[in-house]
Amino acid sequence: MRVFEVVGPVMVGPSSSHTAGAARIGRAARAVLGAPPTQARILLHGSFAATGRGHGTDRAVVGGLLGFGPGDPRLRQSFAHAAAAGLQFSFEEADLGAVHPNSARILLSGAAGQTADVTASSVGGGRAQIIDVDGFALRFDLGRPTVLVYHADRAGAVADVATVLARHAVNIAAMQVARKRRAGDALMVIESDGDLPVVAVAELERLACVVAARYVEADPDPVEEG
Amino acid sequence: MSQASLANLVAQAQERGLGLGRFVLEAEAAESGDGPERVEARMAGMLAVMARSADEGLSGEARSTSGMLGGDARKVEAARLAGRALDDLLAAATARAMAVSEVNAAMGRIVAAPTAGAAGVVPGVLLALEAVRGVPRDRLVTAMFAAAGVGEVIGERASVSGAEGGCQAETGSAAAMAAAAAVDALGGSPAACAQAVAFALQNLMGLVCDPIGGLVEVPCLGRNAGGAGAALVAAQIALAGVVHPVPVDEIIDTMGRVGRDLPVALRETGWGGIAVSPTGRATAARLGLAPPPEGEAPTAT
Repeated sequence: MRVFEVVGPVMVGPSSSHTAGAARIGRAARAVLGAPPTQARILLHGSFAATGRGHGTDRAVVGGLLGFGPGDPRLRQSFAHAAAAGLQFSFEEADLGAVHPNSARILLSGAAGQTADVTASSVGGGRAQIIDVDGFALRFDLGRPTVLVYHADRAGAVADVATVLARHAVNIAAMQVARKRRAGDALMVIESDGDLPVVAVAELERLACVVAARYVEADPDPVEEG
Repeated sequence: MSQASLANLVAQAQERGLGLGRFVLEAEAAESGDGPERVEARMAGMLAVMARSADEGLSGEARSTSGMLGGDARKVEAARLAGRALDDLLAAATARAMAVSEVNAAMGRIVAAPTAGAAGVVPGVLLALEAVRGVPRDRLVTAMFAAAGVGEVIGERASVSGAEGGCQAETGSAAAMAAAAAVDALGGSPAACAQAVAFALQNLMGLVCDPIGGLVEVPCLGRNAGGAGAALVAAQIALAGVVHPVPVDEIIDTMGRVGRDLPVALRETGWGGIAVSPTGRATAARLGLAPPPEGEAPTAT
């Protein structure tokens, strides 16, 4: 933990794990979709399913899907905001297997037919950890700006991506590559020390080996909100 | 910043001739690369949110989603302002801790410190020092870094999660953080901050997490006030120069071990303690929340 993980986040109550962490999971799923979601199927596991309603976990996840951060007072009325934004959602209880008790799987689709499938856990103090993206088993938290690069599994892909990031003076703090099978599709997750310029994400998408790039921003600065 | 030992943190602060809060501030500034001014401004923003939460709660407007909580902080503050406090500082801390806890239960905005469930303790103590003793804001902001440094060590060596360690891990850790911050804000040494941590954690050791209906409401409201009181007691002991015979890191480790020894029924499941009192059960049923299992609560971890 770090200083502003101990004192922080600024958040809408009542539970750092069941409310703040849940909002961050929703925001991450929206970022993976890369567009405003129009349909969301939300599977709640373990303690999220058992005590989530009393903690506003449902409202927090939906607020996150609308792009609200953990400190955004609109989380309280997120269902009404979802109706206004054209987001339809449903909740189910589910057994996601041997995962953290506070976990959720979110299946999203967007207006242009985009889809995303994200499984994540709220691991304490409002911190969220993504454990699966579109069937790629990865593990990263959302403490830093993170870019997801869907790419062809072939030699040189990592170097091409790293070159673009270097050109934009983005320092890589952590990096993982996962693939479903050899020479198939692969997913690169890069956590950076600083914010990534929008133009860098667009440039990544223009690389021949890249299918798509998605950017998961850090929380909107909660102190300046509302 | 990664400090696995509070004794180390104290030694490093002493070596540089800095208070604990100032030392943690500079370490965070160096590690984040943001510089001391930005890091300090960010913490000042956290304190400003805490003060707004407390004001909202003291106004008596906040009502929890279940309807169980609301208006109690205002009663305590009214008694204080009417000159009916047992002790002015204690009453101010009690009222502010309860105020933030009420706002949290109402899905209002708070600062998790270290968690939302225990969010009232640190602002309760610090804002009481401001209101009653006139401690200036900038000193309180620096003191919050002492609180954060303490919380980091506790999080790494033990736990700050009620599901892992019971309420002692949430309210107990918050009280330890607040006690260190109070000592730092009043000019105490890094070693005295560590002593305050030792007494606060020890005095709340074993405290169970037993929320009615699983909601962060009852007994959390009273426990936040209790945590603030325990922090003031520990700060008082430490500021007088009392030294605990057991090193502070050993006490932190003990809290972690006690947490693992607690039955799961007493670790934020709502299956034990006050949650399974007849009224606790009836309340959960009335709110349509998951009822605690009947009969013997499970004790396996």
